[in-house]
Amino acid sequence: MNIRGLIDSFFNVRIMLDYLPALARGLLVTVEIAGLSLALGLALGMVLAVIRVALKRRGNPRFVRWLNVPLAFYVDSMRALPPLVTLVVVYFALPYLGVYISRFWSAVSVFVFVLAAFASEIFRAGIESVDRGQMEAARSQGLSYLQTMRYVIVPQAFRVALPPLTSRMISITKDVSLASVIGVSDLLKEAKLGIANTYNTSPLIAAAILFTLLFLPLVRLSMLVERRMKR
Amino acid sequence: MSEFIHNFFNAEIMAKSWKIILVGLSNTVQLAIVALICAAILGLLLAVIRGLKNKVLDALIIVYVDLFRALPTIVLFMIVYYMLPFFGLSFPLFWAAVVALTVNGAAYFEEIFRAGIEAIDRGQWEAARSLGLDFRQTMIKVILPQAIRIVIPPATSNSLELVKTTVLASVISMPDLLYKAQQAAGLWYNPTPLVMAALIFLVLLWPFVRLTSYLERRMA
Repeated sequence: MNIRGLIDSFFNVRIMLDYLPALARGLLVTVEIAGLSLALGLALGMVLAVIRVALKRRGNPRFVRWLNVPLAFYVDSMRALPPLVTLVVVYFALPYLGVYISRFWSAVSVFVFVLAAFASEIFRAGIESVDRGQMEAARSQGLSYLQTMRYVIVPQAFRVALPPLTSRMISITKDVSLASVIGVSDLLKEAKLGIANTYNTSPLIAAAILFTLLFLPLVRLSMLVERRMKR
Repeated sequence: MSEFIHNFFNAEIMAKSWKIILVGLSNTVQLAIVALICAAILGLLLAVIRGLKNKVLDALIIVYVDLFRALPTIVLFMIVYYMLPFFGLSFPLFWAAVVALTVNGAAYFEEIFRAGIEAIDRGQWEAARSLGLDFRQTMIKVILPQAIRIVIPPATSNSLELVKTTVLASVISMPDLLYKAQQAAGLWYNPTPLVMAALIFLVLLWPFVRLTSYLERRMA
């Protein structure tokens, strides 16, 4: 094995510095996609969780409870499908359906739908873990169903949901680099362009370092949250 | 509607691309099984090593685990791919994908197995050691059998994630299910093969999604 050649083509500092501005641009796109996906995905997941719990209430007519089936199917498919497959299918399929949205928004919408599915399951488990007595007590105090959810159940559910939620949020943020496969100019795509221009892998290593610097604090944070909540 | 069927559920295209898709499916299944076994074994090994409480080894493993939990898997695949020429051109893509999946998956398995081992009461260690069992015997005969029960739910869901991650092999042009489906879709300029691939994943992995939900609920 040629060690000298390996170092030259993976850790060439000059090339890394040359491509730093382009990589920084890509990093910004990655952060944009991640931010949008997290905000929209969590909001949608929360709404879905409350809807699913509300649909399952005892005393609902049977057809109302059946409305859960399509929602459950959506959640399960998102959990079963690799996000890259969803991304490629959506990206290729949309134009055939007469929908023309940019690569950026195709990527964002896929991540939102994937995260919302996982988040809704996590929130739902959280809501269901809150003791029934809480609901009964709040309702007997005169709060409406939605008020009880908003002020009593969801804040308690959130605590239970936090550890699995943080680790899922990190995994979705890491998945954002999949967007480069459909040509979004994110950090990884910029690194690939760098490789193509220089016949040298250093831009990819520089990108890997940037990704690690970005995500390492988050990974540590999620471990901290997990340990805190276990006590 | 007929246009919709023509584009996404085209029977003619399905008949034509069936064989290509099957080749991809077989590669994906092989990759998933081999990578899953390698990652679980490496993860278990690292978790057991951490049981030794050696400061240097611990620090090395923590750095390894943190690094690969932070690095997006697709980036890891690409790094492994570009390193291939340095290991000789004949290094097969299949094993490159196995290496990337193992290195990444073991980081997660280590965390899961370690949490399982640490959940076993210290008294078990002390009792076994005072009866004259050495570290290896205590680990294999006393600790691991008990840890397995705790570890099964998170390990199942991590295995599911690992199997889903195998599609990244398509990015380094290993002919897996997604790669072959994209090839067929490009060949006939029709997204039907992609829909087929998605349906195959759905049918194969759906039982495991249900299983993870069931196990998580039972443990809670």
